[in-house]
Amino acid sequence: MRREAILDIAIFALLVLFALVAFATGQNFAVTIATKIAILALAGVGLNLALGYGGLVSFGHAAFFGIGGYVTAILASHAANYEPLAFGLPGTTQMLVIWPVAMIVAGIAGLVIGALSLGTSGVYFIMVTLAFAQMLYYLAVSWPAYGGEDGLSFYVRNSFPGVNTLAPVPFFAICASLLALALLVSACLTRSRFGLALQATRQNPMRTTATGIRPFPVRLVAFVISAMICGLAGSLYADLNRFVSPASMSWHMSGEIMVFVILGGVGRLAGPIAGAAVFIALEQLLGPVSDYWLGLVGVLLLLIVLFAPGGITGLILREKRHG
Amino acid sequence: MTLLSLENVTASYGQIAVLHGVTLSLAEGEVLALMGRNGMGKSTTIKAICRLLRPTGGTIRLGAEDIGGLLPHQAARRGLGLVPEGRRVFGPLTVEENLTVAARPGDWTMARVTALFPRLGERMAQQARTLSGGEQQMLAIGRALMTNPRLLILDEATEGLAPVVRQEIWGGIRALKSEGLSILVVDKSLKELASVADRAVILERGRSVWTGTLPEITPDLAQRWLGV
Repeated sequence: MRREAILDIAIFALLVLFALVAFATGQNFAVTIATKIAILALAGVGLNLALGYGGLVSFGHAAFFGIGGYVTAILASHAANYEPLAFGLPGTTQMLVIWPVAMIVAGIAGLVIGALSLGTSGVYFIMVTLAFAQMLYYLAVSWPAYGGEDGLSFYVRNSFPGVNTLAPVPFFAICASLLALALLVSACLTRSRFGLALQATRQNPMRTTATGIRPFPVRLVAFVISAMICGLAGSLYADLNRFVSPASMSWHMSGEIMVFVILGGVGRLAGPIAGAAVFIALEQLLGPVSDYWLGLVGVLLLLIVLFAPGGITGLILREKRHG
Repeated sequence: MTLLSLENVTASYGQIAVLHGVTLSLAEGEVLALMGRNGMGKSTTIKAICRLLRPTGGTIRLGAEDIGGLLPHQAARRGLGLVPEGRRVFGPLTVEENLTVAARPGDWTMARVTALFPRLGERMAQQARTLSGGEQQMLAIGRALMTNPRLLILDEATEGLAPVVRQEIWGGIRALKSEGLSILVVDKSLKELASVADRAVILERGRSVWTGTLPEITPDLAQRWLGV
């Protein structure tokens, strides 16, 4: 087995171990922290597909994260109030229904945003994706039916057949399982001919066309899959907090997801887990000490970018992923 | 039967005209050398053929089809296999991944490519950027072959390589010729071109000025148009 694959498994196993030890020692709050890491890492896995493997520096992935959250909260609140949605469709509290809906809606948004933004590159791509996310952010702010600026709460976590989702460990198990599934899908995709073409377009789109591959559809499919994974993460995050607000779509959130990927290692499978874990650990350890803890994250990010461009995982493996 | 024909092709980079009228033809199974001094338009002609640069005039035909309106990836899918100047492999991908990404159905398979260049077979799991210059060139040729091209286009395939490695590359090109593959080759080595090319076209200031077989290139011609 390759060293990188061993590291990927080890990082995931450490997250699971952390949650189990926390549960065994009665630290339910720490289990919730592990759940938060798993969910944010899932969003990072989504962005990593576009950013790490496709070189698409999207500064608007919070839009898909937020869409997933809003789909979850809207379906749950309609179910709780027994109010039908548009066209008489009922709300639901079933995760197995909510997840696909959240992923499909996020995927459609990804298709539209991707189709309109992938014609640009570099800083223009960053700005266009950011603009779309901010547009959706302001749409959420100005939508009073679903809470507007205050956000939308739902009081009972959505349900999963045969699992008590209100208990911290089963909900962590659900989130960790979905993270593992996303990692598996990501690994299969990046090793497939499609994934290789995506990595080739990242390195040189013109050279890729000379092999008969058109970069645009390859990038668009990757962008849509990436959006769907972020939508799923947003759905779980809304369920974790039983609340969603426009803040989940703001550029801060896009930046945070990007930080997870860069800290952990761009284009590394388990990089987002390592990145999210370090970020949340700093938040938990330094947040109570100082309001300026994000400044330290900034310094850490600067050090990583300057001295360890392969991120935490690259540092451990002592190699860069990208040339 | 003519596989590739260019008629009075003109092209420019922005306002700067580079090709002023290139005319050439290449038959099925033929190896055609595109020659000329530096800056005379050889690489630009190749870019125009592969649609990496949109010509401003003239016609380019592949077989009976006018490929003038195609996008680069469409031209590649029609059967133009380009080995670009400076190798340009996908560095972070492994040898195997570089070959896989280009693969399209046809006679050329991974096994056949590694039979042509056994060194690639020994380095399948190695990242392309860690290969030597010669190995990267072999990989660039192998990648182009994996597209199962009707016409292989080699732009300065042996530039900057050690003599021993160059011999290995030329050996591969000769093997491809013996298998009947059509090849358009740009190179500075008259001696090596003479051993493989059936005909040559010389470009001078963006125009095709001479066509003939390589033995017909007299020392006077070589000095005048090739600078040797």
